[in-house]
Amino acid sequence: MTKIKSNVAVSESGFVFNPITGESYSVNPVAAEIFNMLKENKSFDEIEKELLEKYQVDAETLEKDFNDFISMLKQYQIIDENNEKEV
Amino acid sequence: MKKKYNIAVSGLNAIDSPGPGVAVIRALREAASFDVRIIGLAYESLEPGIYMHDLVDKTYHVPYPTTGIENLFKRLEHISSIEKIDMIIPNFDAELYSFIKLEKRLKEIGMHTFLPTMKQFEERHKHNLPEFGKKYDLHVPRSEPIYTVNDLYRLPEGIEYPLVVKGKYYDASIVYNSEQAKSAFNKISAKWGLPIIIQEFVHGTEYNVTGLGDGKGNTISAVPMRKQYITDKGKAWGGISIADKKMLELTDKFISQTKWRGGFELELMKDKKNDFYILEINPRIPAWVYLAVGVGQNIPEALVNLAMGEKVEPYKTYDIGKMFIRYAYDMIVDIKEFEQISTYGEL
Amino acid sequence: MQKQRYERPVIKKLETNMPNKFGTKTEYTPKTHIDGVAVKELVKEYGSPLFVISEKTIRKTYREAKKAFSTRYPKVQFGWSYKTNYLSAVCNVFHQEGSWAEVVSGFEYQKALLNGVDGKKIIFNGPDKTVDDLEMAIENDSLIHIDHLDELYTIIELAGKMNKKPKVAIRVNMDTGIYPMWDRFGFNYENGQAWDALNKIVRSEKLELVGLHTHIGTFMLSANAYSVAAYKMADLALGIQKKYNHEIKYIDMGGGFSSKNTLKGAYLPGSDTNPTFDDFAEAITSALINSDFKPDQLPLLILETGRALIDDAGFLIGSVISNKRLADGKRTTILDIGVNLLFTSFWYDHKISPAQPFTQYTEDTVLYGPLCMNIDVIRENANLPLLNKGEQVVVHSVGAYNMTQWMQFITLRPNIVMIDEKGKHHLIREKESMESINHFEKVPEHLKKFEL
Repeated sequence: MTKIKSNVAVSESGFVFNPITGESYSVNPVAAEIFNMLKENKSFDEIEKELLEKYQVDAETLEKDFNDFISMLKQYQIIDENNEKEV
Repeated sequence: MKKKYNIAVSGLNAIDSPGPGVAVIRALREAASFDVRIIGLAYESLEPGIYMHDLVDKTYHVPYPTTGIENLFKRLEHISSIEKIDMIIPNFDAELYSFIKLEKRLKEIGMHTFLPTMKQFEERHKHNLPEFGKKYDLHVPRSEPIYTVNDLYRLPEGIEYPLVVKGKYYDASIVYNSEQAKSAFNKISAKWGLPIIIQEFVHGTEYNVTGLGDGKGNTISAVPMRKQYITDKGKAWGGISIADKKMLELTDKFISQTKWRGGFELELMKDKKNDFYILEINPRIPAWVYLAVGVGQNIPEALVNLAMGEKVEPYKTYDIGKMFIRYAYDMIVDIKEFEQISTYGEL
Repeated sequence: MQKQRYERPVIKKLETNMPNKFGTKTEYTPKTHIDGVAVKELVKEYGSPLFVISEKTIRKTYREAKKAFSTRYPKVQFGWSYKTNYLSAVCNVFHQEGSWAEVVSGFEYQKALLNGVDGKKIIFNGPDKTVDDLEMAIENDSLIHIDHLDELYTIIELAGKMNKKPKVAIRVNMDTGIYPMWDRFGFNYENGQAWDALNKIVRSEKLELVGLHTHIGTFMLSANAYSVAAYKMADLALGIQKKYNHEIKYIDMGGGFSSKNTLKGAYLPGSDTNPTFDDFAEAITSALINSDFKPDQLPLLILETGRALIDDAGFLIGSVISNKRLADGKRTTILDIGVNLLFTSFWYDHKISPAQPFTQYTEDTVLYGPLCMNIDVIRENANLPLLNKGEQVVVHSVGAYNMTQWMQFITLRPNIVMIDEKGKHHLIREKESMESINHFEKVPEHLKKFEL
């Protein structure tokens, strides 16, 4: 399971600061929602269900975009990869 | 009671190769004839001026000139609907074209400017300098635009090595032979396109003048300066006001011949015979303008008054032998502020 | 509850740059409609990709240009440059507005005749006119603009044979201070070639010298060069008058006016910086008026500008095939429009707008076409809002050259529609089909069968 580092948070404006690396990011609303659901330890299935209900999007597209987003979070070291291995 | 103007200023990048914005704002804050509220216009989130709250009251992001005049105008219109801007002082070379084009439309929504005319702006371009010199009887180094490397082997009369290879907008290098010239040609043309300007290299000492023309041929202000310390980027980190009649005469001639309107900086070279050449004409206030203020000629203040249609008496004197010494200063800023400007485009 | 428009999740590193001289470009507003017709509706009816031409914009642009010249000069005539866009519907809009035809091949010449243009109002330019072409043009009293001496001799010979006096002009090339100087077409002004050709024409007594023609370059960013050219043309015309007491009826200043597109590498957008019709008109007409022509003897001024008249009227609608990431993490978007349809993307940074609303979030994106070819790039770097698969984009200002220089390569060429002034759309060129392409091919008998 993917887990976002505990000290990284997304603000109301979509601003993300990673205190470990010192980098700042901005995310769009869909990304912010996913970000917060990941923080709540929701699974992909749960996240997918919520988003499919809310947005005009099909499951394949959503899954592809979700994976792409996760890979970007990993690249930016926002996801705790060690944690991922443990689970 | 003094008048109060809302003035928008760009060029808040007070970095090692600084934009003039912060210096202009300091000058405006010290203006004797009016009070100001300063609206900063920033292109990037880390321009230091954004975070100088004692100088800048509020900052807004503005779109790059590359996105087009319409986008810039829409953004300024929006900002003015909140801030009621009376005057804009743009300070970046790259944005001047757009602001000059927008002059009338900005005036219609209450925003004054005091900029060179499009003709003045175009004529003084580097690649037009020889014609400019001829037309206004001003001494400029011989130069010629070239379009191919082969042109380097057919140098025009009066230009020989060493010579200066210059880009259309920016960049210049002094070269001593055709090999170096070729390499400079390729490097600079790859970045700034064609033509490349080859210019006679004038041996001598560099001087600068900043000033202000009223658009009718009168000199409102002129302060000559000699750079004392130059950074590796070629910027003055220290300089001193000097008394050189010849430079002042040259400046008067430049203003009266071209009927220059607005602030400017002349880059001059004095050769062994004590003749001055104009190397470049920057159509805006330079970053070292605060020296002019410090020696008694508040150029930004006069510029605002001219734009507002006030009567402005020309400055006649200034203190000689006053120096400016630039320094760097570390501000402490909370990330919240950075978040504000980078996500909402306002601070 | 109505579901919201989806946008893929993005996270963007906040660049902490200082202002650089080349900022990123963002095209802000969506282009949901063209002349009041919804892009979605057009795609539904005609498919994607789709070229769309706005009749309203053509007429508006033409009238602007006409006005710029005719308010400054007494006699002005436009000739529609066929090579820029020779779709018959497009040509006919220009002909309805009063344009003559300007053609550069026998094919284009015949197209103009078929469109119903009077032969006397066809200007025949270009280096490649066959003997048959020239006969046809002489027969129809067209205006033949001579490019080289071989052509001049052929025309003199034909004139004798046909017992007709062909109406001719010469194309003149010259130094107008711009680079590159176009000296491959016509006869040079400075070195006396032009005078040599003019002397030969007048002395042959077999041809009627009616005009002088020049065309100084393409996508000109300075109007001033036209002023130099017009001055030199006036000088030639006045010289002929003096030497032979022969009046030149027209001066054809050609075309080459830039449109509002942005050349690659340009710092500011073309719509901000490129000269307007007024700028070009001022340069040309003031040079002619200030020359030594007597006011009542000013020659007719002909203009053959193509690009500046049609570019803005053309749109290309395309759809997103896929969003993809390159190995280095760079975002790319594959569209169904490539360099096969958008030839001009080799030298312009075309303005591209999404055809549906979007948020302010953007990504730097490479825009690829659909071809399985590495060169198929529409924009090397565009800062675009987030597009979903299947959504549309509209490429602006594609009216010039794309619908003549396009390639039938890998895919077939799509439909072209014109939206008329009332907002009605008409199919003006049908998309190609398997049959239409195969129609040209013949397979030898022994190659018809094979086993695999």
